[in-house]
Amino acid sequence: MTDVPFIEIQDVHFSRGSHEIFRGIDMLIPQGKVTAIMGPSGTGKTTLLKLIGGQLTPDRGRILVDGQDVHRLSRKALFALRKRMGMLFQSGALFSDLDVFENVAFPLRVHTDLPDAMIRDLVLLKLQAVGLRGARHLNPAELSGGMARRVALARAIALDPELILYDEPFVGQDPISMGVLVQLIKRLNEALKLTSVVVSHDIKETLSIADYLYLLADGQVVAKGTPETLNANQDPRVSQFVHGEPDGPVPFHYPAETLYSDILGATTTRAR
Amino acid sequence: MQSRFDQGAVGRIVRLGRKGCDVMEALGRAGLFLGQSAIGVPSREGWYLWLRQMHFVGVLSLAIVIVSGLFIGMVLALQGYTILVDFGAEQALGQMVALSLLRELAPVVAALLFAGRAGSALTAEIGLMKATEQLTSMEMIGVDPLRRVIAPRLWAGFIALPILTVGFSVVGIWGGYLVGVQWLGVFEGSYWSNMQASVSFMNDVGNGMIKSLVFAIVVTWIAVFQGYDLVPTSEGISRATTRTVVYSSLAVLGLDFVLTAVMFGGL
Amino acid sequence: MKRSKTVEFGVGLFMLAGIIGLVFLGLRVSGMSLAAPSETFRLEANFSNIGGLRPRARVTMAGVTVGRVESIDLDTEWYDAKVTLRLDNDLEGQLSRDTTAAILTAGLLGEQYIGLSIGGDPEVLEDGDTLRDTQSALVLEELIQQFVSNMATN
Repeated sequence: MTDVPFIEIQDVHFSRGSHEIFRGIDMLIPQGKVTAIMGPSGTGKTTLLKLIGGQLTPDRGRILVDGQDVHRLSRKALFALRKRMGMLFQSGALFSDLDVFENVAFPLRVHTDLPDAMIRDLVLLKLQAVGLRGARHLNPAELSGGMARRVALARAIALDPELILYDEPFVGQDPISMGVLVQLIKRLNEALKLTSVVVSHDIKETLSIADYLYLLADGQVVAKGTPETLNANQDPRVSQFVHGEPDGPVPFHYPAETLYSDILGATTTRAR
Repeated sequence: MQSRFDQGAVGRIVRLGRKGCDVMEALGRAGLFLGQSAIGVPSREGWYLWLRQMHFVGVLSLAIVIVSGLFIGMVLALQGYTILVDFGAEQALGQMVALSLLRELAPVVAALLFAGRAGSALTAEIGLMKATEQLTSMEMIGVDPLRRVIAPRLWAGFIALPILTVGFSVVGIWGGYLVGVQWLGVFEGSYWSNMQASVSFMNDVGNGMIKSLVFAIVVTWIAVFQGYDLVPTSEGISRATTRTVVYSSLAVLGLDFVLTAVMFGGL
Repeated sequence: MKRSKTVEFGVGLFMLAGIIGLVFLGLRVSGMSLAAPSETFRLEANFSNIGGLRPRARVTMAGVTVGRVESIDLDTEWYDAKVTLRLDNDLEGQLSRDTTAAILTAGLLGEQYIGLSIGGDPEVLEDGDTLRDTQSALVLEELIQQFVSNMATN
């Protein structure tokens, strides 16, 4: 890879209780590109974003964001670093006690001393960018899922961050809002020269916007590359995921005894 | 984690020890949580956040507290009168009503009502914010949710409950006056003068307020911590809400005994 | 943050109600007085038994409240109770030297208070003087005992 890496993930191990989520993953996320991290449900994609954001600490290994080790930073420096990141949560995570306008204004109010008039202009510009300037007086409860995610996106870019982390942006969206979100992510990335990390398992949409992909399975990176190389990858784990085959290395059946012995065993118990 | 000691009598002891460690850990978490949130220096913004919480936990709880106080005062007067009149001591009614309210009933009942009305709502609200990732996203924006979300709620609770307790006492004493003087015909002068002769501001009103402040801290702490620490699912929220009411009621009644023993029991 | 006038007004009213409530508890319920201490004067009286008399009990004259008991101490010279009274200033220089103080009970089981009755001495009591003529509290048990022993001797 020739691009400058913005995030470096080096040999990260992480476990929750006795359950091992990551067993040594390495990633380089290039600056100014859209990098997608994909994998089946339950492989810890969201956990990875939380590790990058410094909300969780890895058991081993380190994560560098723009050359700074996230987990060695003081609380103050970490919060300063987070100002340069935006994160879009699965549910949007809009503050339910504030309306749309105030949600977008929130990062500006807490991190800047701008006068009210300027905050108003900035917020309206951000809302214009996601096409919801007219919805500024609505409450989060009145928004549809897609609209809430767009407002959350406006909030995430309010401080003009250098990095945006998208957590499952396409889950549960109808085709229209899905298309809107894909468009937005692509456009924002180009217009603002952002580094984007998209965590997702929606293949078609993700392949259409990602410049580079990582595929996670079993706590490890099983494949990486551009969308074209991934499509051509022959590894059964990769092709099962990319082509959506129901059975393969990830089995259709939850581990159990053979059906034969289970049924026969049950019959003998009843007979006795 | 499983080990080969998990069976039999030894296993029971091992499990008990583990349970003890869990309880200690939870207590420690709750203590750190209280310390970290309560010391937040209020900003101009924080002041307004506090004001909104005061409105929520204080002003909106006023109605239920006032109505309950009125009825409890009236019942006290009615019950007290039937007992005192046997001894020809019905003029001591004011003293009885005022002392029971100030020392015991107002702090305890107001705290129980507060736990049910405001405490459970605080738990559910914070729990919902956690479940919808609002707290996480606040952290990612670079704002500490302990200071922004938790601290205003804690301080609002600390201050609102003592005020509610004062309201409860005043209305209760007035309710006793309505029943005792207006209805049952106790002489008005002796209702008030007996009360004034036996109630001491420092010992009775003051200790009642101390009790109420202690209850305020405990109930708000439990409510807010249960919300912050819950499992972020709908089941987790409903369980945590129940726990808030149960734990705070038990804590209030238990602490009431301890405080009464220290204040009035001559310990 | 948008400000709501009703919220601010409501909380202000709530806090004000709390303060007024506390003042009510102070003045009306515990009978504290806002009157300055200079408007009273002090008398002392020794009783051999004060029964259930407590500080802040009323001091009356012909049934009218004219002051309050300030403090009660044990007089270690005579081993009786030294009761300090605070009386309204109007009475300073008005009470004769042989005024008597008695501990009375309101009703059979009511509160105990001090009743003053005026004498005929031309000399008057001043601030800090001591009442000589006192009558102790009636202790119910002693009364019953007397009654029973009288019955026995008759």
